[in-house]
Amino acid sequence: MREISYLEAVREAMSQKMEESEDVFIMGEDIGLYGGAFGVTRGMIERFGPERVRNTPISECAIAGAAVGAALTGMRPILELQFSDFITIAMDQIVNQAAKIRYMYGGKAKVPMVVRTPAGSGTGAAAQHSQSLEAWMAHVPGLKVVQPSTAYDAKGLLIAAIEDDNPVIFYEHKLLYKTKGYVPEELYSIPLGKADIKREGTDVTVVATSIMVHKALEAARELEKEGINIEVIDPRTLVPLDEQTIIESVKKTGRLVVVHEAVKRCGFGGEIASMIAESDAFHYLDAPIQRLGGLPVPIPYNPQLEKKAVPQVEDIIVAVKKTLNRA
Amino acid sequence: MTNKRPVPEIITEQRLIDFYRQMWLVRYFDEKVDEFFAKGMIHGTTHLCVGEEATAVGACGVLEEHDKITSTHRGHGHCIAKGADVNRMMAELFGRATGYCKGKGGSMHIADVEKGNLGANGIVGGGIPIAVGAALTAKMKKLGYVVLCFFGDGASNEGSFHESLNLAAIWNLPVVFFCENNQYGMSGPVKEMVPIENIADRAASYGMPGKVIDGNDLIEVLNVTYEAVQRARNGEGPTLIEAKTYRYKGHSKSDAKKYRTREEEMEWRTNRDPIDRFGRYLAETGILDAEKQEQIRMAAWQAIEDAVKYAENSPMPAIETVTEDVYA
Repeated sequence: MREISYLEAVREAMSQKMEESEDVFIMGEDIGLYGGAFGVTRGMIERFGPERVRNTPISECAIAGAAVGAALTGMRPILELQFSDFITIAMDQIVNQAAKIRYMYGGKAKVPMVVRTPAGSGTGAAAQHSQSLEAWMAHVPGLKVVQPSTAYDAKGLLIAAIEDDNPVIFYEHKLLYKTKGYVPEELYSIPLGKADIKREGTDVTVVATSIMVHKALEAARELEKEGINIEVIDPRTLVPLDEQTIIESVKKTGRLVVVHEAVKRCGFGGEIASMIAESDAFHYLDAPIQRLGGLPVPIPYNPQLEKKAVPQVEDIIVAVKKTLNRA
Repeated sequence: MTNKRPVPEIITEQRLIDFYRQMWLVRYFDEKVDEFFAKGMIHGTTHLCVGEEATAVGACGVLEEHDKITSTHRGHGHCIAKGADVNRMMAELFGRATGYCKGKGGSMHIADVEKGNLGANGIVGGGIPIAVGAALTAKMKKLGYVVLCFFGDGASNEGSFHESLNLAAIWNLPVVFFCENNQYGMSGPVKEMVPIENIADRAASYGMPGKVIDGNDLIEVLNVTYEAVQRARNGEGPTLIEAKTYRYKGHSKSDAKKYRTREEEMEWRTNRDPIDRFGRYLAETGILDAEKQEQIRMAAWQAIEDAVKYAENSPMPAIETVTEDVYA
C-alpha cells in the first residue's frame, strides 16, 4: 500500500483530472515555478505548462470571477486561493455570482468550478492567515463545501469536486498537508455528501471536521484507557451534509459532541446540533449535546495563545465525559 | 454631416434597418416596463436604458452569433440587441414560467447563455471578471469568439474593473470592455466620482487602447466597437471603449432625480437622441425614408404590445419550483 501526504494527494487529484480532460486547469497566485505558498502545485507548471497552470496577479476578485466566467463557458477551473482568509476579497464572485447563477438563470447554466484553499490555525500566521470561515460558505445556497481530513479523502473528494457541476469550496488544512496516509494510485472519487465513520464506538458520538478529526481520534485513544468507547464521524462535506449517518450514530450512542476549529458562535457545529435536535435522534439523547469550537477571538500570534483559541484533545475528552456525567 | 459616413464592411443596409428596428424595440420595451411599474402591475425593481439605445444596439451589432456579452443591471437593451425574444423577456419581468429565468431572475438577471448572453448582473462591476473568464475559455479552447463586456461609469470605480482590465491585458484575452458612461452612478455625477475627464484614459494603466466615443451616435459606436472586436479576434488583446450617453429615466423606479436638472435632461432628449439621429442618417443616405421608418416604429410598438399579451397569458411558475435549480 502506497502512502503519500495529504498535499501530494491534492496534487495527484488535480494532475490526474488534468491528464484526463483539457477542460480542467488551475489558476492562482504563485502556483507556477514557486509551486504555491504551500507547495501544492510544485512541478505542475513543468508538467502541464503555463497555459493550464496559470500564475495570476494578486487579484482575488478578478481570478475568482475569471473562474466563474470560464466555468460558465465550458471549462472546469480550479482556483487556488492562497489563504482561505482571502476569500473575503473574492466574496462577491463566489457568493453573488458563482453560487447564484444557476438558480437566477432558471437552471439554464452551470458553474463547475473548485476553489481550493488552505484554512486553519497552528502556523503562527496570526489573525488574517489562520481563520476557518467554512460556515460562511455553507450558509450560501448554491455552494458545496468540502473539508477533507486525510490524504485518502483529499484525493477522492477533490476528484469528486472537480467532476461536480457546481461551485465547490474545498478547504485544505495547513497542518494536515504533511500528514501521510494510504492513497490508491488510480483515479477514484468519494461522493460529496457521504460521511465517514473514522472510528466505530458505542458510548458517545463525536462529530469532528478537518483537523479536529485527528484530535478526536487522539481523544478516543485516551478515553479507551478509561473504558470509554467513542464513535468519531467525519462529515467530510458540510454541504451536502450526510445527516443520516450522524442521526444513526446518535441513536446508537445517545450522546453527541460536535467539534470544529472554527469559532463556536454561529459555527457549523450549531447546524449539526440543531439537525439532531430536530430529528428523531432527539428522543435517544441521554445528555445535552456538547459543542466545541474556537473562542470568539481573532487567532492570536503567540503560540500558547494560538493553541488556547481552538479546541484541543483535552477539551474533547472533557466534553465527552460531560455527556457521560463523568467530568 | 451624418450623410455617407462609412460603416464596417460587414454591416449591410439590411442590418442598418434591423438596428433601427431594434432601437425602437429597446425604447418601447423599457417605456412599457416604466409604465407598468408606475401602475404597480409588475413588482420588484428595474433599471431602464431609455436614451441609451445606440450603445446596446451598436456594440452588439458588430458581434458574430457565437460572440458573447456580459451585461449590467441596466441590461434590457443589451439583451434585445444580442437577439433575445422580447416575449420571454417581458414574461420574465412578469415573473412567469415562460420567462428567460422561469420567473426566478427578474429584470436584473435575464440571461440567454445559448445565445451568448452570459447575463445581466445586479452587482455593479460583477460581470467584468466573468467576461474575462469567458474570454479565457475562448483563448484556451481556441473557439474564436470575442466577449463584449458592458458596464457603467460607476463600475469603473470598482476593484473588479481594475483587476479585470489588468488580467485581460496580461493574458491578452479577446474581450472588449464597453463602458456606458451615462453621467450618473445612481445619484453620483461622474464628474464628482471620477477625477479625470475620460474613463477611457484608465486604459493606459493597463497597456490597452482607450477610446472615447459619442455613445448616442450609432455609426460611431459601430465603427469603434468593430475595430476593437477585430483586434480582439485577431489576438491583439483587449480595448476599453467609453461611450458617453445619458439615461432619460431615473436610476430605478423611485428616483426624484434631484441630482440633475430638467433642462439638462431636455438638452439630451432634444438634441442628442440616438434614435432621432440614426433616423436622420437613414433618411439622408436614402436607406429608409420617413414613411418606412414610421412603419418600423409602429411594428416595434406592436411587438412590445404582443410581448405584454404573451407575458400576461403565460402561466405562473409552479410553487414547488422554488427549490429547483439551486444545484446542477
